[in-house]
Amino acid sequence: MQYMLIYKETDAQFAEREDPEKAGPYWGAWTAYIGAIAQAGVMVSGNGLQGPHAATTIRVRDGRREVQDGPYADAKEQLGGYVIVEAPDLDAALEWAARAPSAAYASVEVRPVLPPPAP
Amino acid sequence: MADARQAAEGVARASYGRLVALLSARTRDIAAAEDALAEAFRAALETWSVRGVPERPEAWLLIAARRAFGHTLRHRAVRDAAAATLSLLEAETHGEASPVFPDERLKLLFVCAHPAIDGAARTPLMLQTVLGLDAGRIAAAFVTAPATMAQRLVRAKAKIRDAGIRFEEPDADALPARLASVLSAIYAAYGTGWDEGLGTGLTGEAIFLGRLLVALQPDAPEARGLLALMLHCEARAQARRGPDGAYVRLAEQDTRLWSPELIAEAEGHLIVAARRATFGRFQTEAAIQSVHAQRAVTGTTDLRALCTLYDLLAEHAPTIGVLVSRAAIHGEASGPEIGLALLDALDSDRVASYQSFWAVRAHLLRAAGRRAEAAPALDRAIGLSDDPAVRAYLARQR
Repeated sequence: MQYMLIYKETDAQFAEREDPEKAGPYWGAWTAYIGAIAQAGVMVSGNGLQGPHAATTIRVRDGRREVQDGPYADAKEQLGGYVIVEAPDLDAALEWAARAPSAAYASVEVRPVLPPPAP
Repeated sequence: MADARQAAEGVARASYGRLVALLSARTRDIAAAEDALAEAFRAALETWSVRGVPERPEAWLLIAARRAFGHTLRHRAVRDAAAATLSLLEAETHGEASPVFPDERLKLLFVCAHPAIDGAARTPLMLQTVLGLDAGRIAAAFVTAPATMAQRLVRAKAKIRDAGIRFEEPDADALPARLASVLSAIYAAYGTGWDEGLGTGLTGEAIFLGRLLVALQPDAPEARGLLALMLHCEARAQARRGPDGAYVRLAEQDTRLWSPELIAEAEGHLIVAARRATFGRFQTEAAIQSVHAQRAVTGTTDLRALCTLYDLLAEHAPTIGVLVSRAAIHGEASGPEIGLALLDALDSDRVASYQSFWAVRAHLLRAAGRRAEAAPALDRAIGLSDDPAVRAYLARQR
């Protein structure tokens, strides 16, 4: 099965990315983690995302576009990136999620990828 | 027809969980397995009333259920439908040749108590899938609306099917945590019976699950500890209420009403568990009950032994309930002021609405001759009671 590991970050971690003193260790931890997934041969795809400051949300209501600055929901934890892994079951996917740097200070959501529709 | 119904019901009781476990282990689809089994029971009633009960009714039901299962899955647009059907058909062909089928119930227990399942759904899920209890009965035992309980069960089954929770026994390093979660779920079922008194509770069901777990995991000392604990408590079921239904404290119970068979079974499990010599919360709690049980033979209660066991429990599993019971026992053994000092040391926020704390406090204050202080503590204990019999018992102390 394929699972999407959805990494949440807090404002403090998004700030670390821009902090010259903290950016090194921050990216170092993520690079090592993503590298381990890739080397285990279970990586399907994935990306890191820019912070919520760069987010724009759009809704179309009655044919009108409502464009809004910011992410879809104002929450303490915001989407920071995702990876899709191939895992035999939920426990194996949770193992990978638990190793993410953000699991220790924010959270990782694990969702099964919807299978392609039956022919 | 009556014979067929009786036979079908007999098989249902004895092997419902085995059949659900077997049918859902490959597909992870518990709801579909239950539907297929219901279909098989319907077919059994029809066929058996005409042709008689087959020699191996369980195998008959399994084959009928597999057929129904394959049928349901073919009509559903699930991704694994084709593969699942094939594997089921294959199992069926082999199954008929080799009539011994595996017991997958342990896997089912682990799945039901998986940490990814909503905590409130774990015990109900176990009761439904392993014992075949209906949502209404489970809801009554957990004081929940039947619709809410039914929805909780449906959601949990969908999560198991879709999230890919594996029907496997956990690895050695994950086993202790996963087993603890199975044990808590079984103990929660027992707790419903304990609080509700006699009637609506699930104590018998919990003990069935406890015995099953010991049979499937004979080397897990905590499984035996939990079973021993439940059996010791169950042994006293008849003595807990007086003839008028009034609550009777353990120390005042008539030991002739205790069940020697259940006590003996409990002691047997504790002895086997103790051979492993590892600390366990349930083993220690069972050992405490074992000390109480000895009153039936010796006529007295070994308070020193109880103090030691509660100290051990307080060190490893300091729940508020354990800490309050420990204070009560030390108060009994060494004088009420000692017990009161232990109570005073507890975090006042944690005990503010904990009924046992106030009941024990009132008891110790009275024993210490501090009647003026005992009265408000007793009122608080009465106000916090949710069991009418306990409330009445406390009110008589006023």
